[in-house]
Amino acid sequence: MDRYSRQQLFAPIGERGQQSIREKHVLLIGAGALGAANAETLVRAGIGKITIVDRDYVEWSNLQRQQLYTEEDAAKRLPKAIAASVHLRAINSDVVVEPIVADADARLIEHIVGRHRPDVIIDSTDNFDVRMIINDVSQKYDVPWIYGACVGSYGLSYVVIPNETPCLRCLLEDVPFGVATCDTAGIISPVVHMVVAHQTAEALKICVHAQVNRKLVSFDTWHGQYHMIDVHKLKKDDCPSCGPKRTYPALQYENETKFAVLCGRETVQIRPAHRGEREWTTLLSFLTKRGIQVEQNDYLFSFTVNSHRFVVFSDGRVLIHGTNDVQEAKRLYYQYLG
Amino acid sequence: MRCIINGEMIDLPAHIRTVAQLLQHFRIHEKIAIVEVNANIIMKEKYEHTAIADGDRIEIVHFVGGG
Repeated sequence: MDRYSRQQLFAPIGERGQQSIREKHVLLIGAGALGAANAETLVRAGIGKITIVDRDYVEWSNLQRQQLYTEEDAAKRLPKAIAASVHLRAINSDVVVEPIVADADARLIEHIVGRHRPDVIIDSTDNFDVRMIINDVSQKYDVPWIYGACVGSYGLSYVVIPNETPCLRCLLEDVPFGVATCDTAGIISPVVHMVVAHQTAEALKICVHAQVNRKLVSFDTWHGQYHMIDVHKLKKDDCPSCGPKRTYPALQYENETKFAVLCGRETVQIRPAHRGEREWTTLLSFLTKRGIQVEQNDYLFSFTVNSHRFVVFSDGRVLIHGTNDVQEAKRLYYQYLG
Repeated sequence: MRCIINGEMIDLPAHIRTVAQLLQHFRIHEKIAIVEVNANIIMKEKYEHTAIADGDRIEIVHFVGGG
């Protein structure tokens, strides 16, 4: 067991902790920058099993920060879950790596968590629709999850322990939408690693049954800021995800963001789960900074990226012209509109 | 007025007197931000009525979705 000797020498883990890590199952949602780094750290640490869900494939623009992938993966356009599992098995053959190439929707996440009861869910997604689903599934099946996100040089992380800490819905009254994304504001690799350092440290603590950090951690690696906030006061008694009268809104079909192909028009229509007036100023300024021309009237605005035209109505409804493929539309939608 | 915001001393225009106005000034959507003034977390429904004063140490955490 020389392989894990240095980790076992670390007193809070020890030999017993290492044995405990070997018996744990992690569910990783998303295999982009956060996902790749989370997976590599946990696989090297000797986790028992890791299930990786991702719908995307490896592209050249991923290689700058998505540490598991190679030029060959991008050239072959390998699905991220598959490419990740090949590299992870080469790193540590002791670990059971289960790739799932699929869209992480409510049904799939609930199926995996309900059937396999992972010990912890790690969020490595790029949007809040999926995070709210993870948040509800975590509460329903009593499985902790670890939020992590970053844009630019800014990142944050938070651990949700059902029945103990406030859940993500307690902290957020609305789903952030049209705010900065990695495709509008950019992203540098150091902040990815800082988020992942927090997520994996907390995951290891859960694996060895140590006390997790209950504070919301946020930082900016470029501007040298770091802060922790005690959020326990924000736990809401009437929260529909974790309160006594919970309804798990993100698991209900009517609350899903819906993607539909408009036949014969090379267009996919997106109806977001969260209706209502949106604040688009940030998005519009990012698009303008990137040299993307935006046309606007009182009811909608539109812009074109590569061959895809986005039309965004004031109620949040979006049309993406130039594709009939729902998965591609999904990727574009979350890339540009968050 | 000068406040320490996320660790940096910042001069604020005179018309900014409350947490709600501060968030508006930085164009941060109220519902997706968590604000601490002098290490006290401020409940969202109190943003409009929470005054800020010269020398306050303010932390603004906003949620992002990338990853």
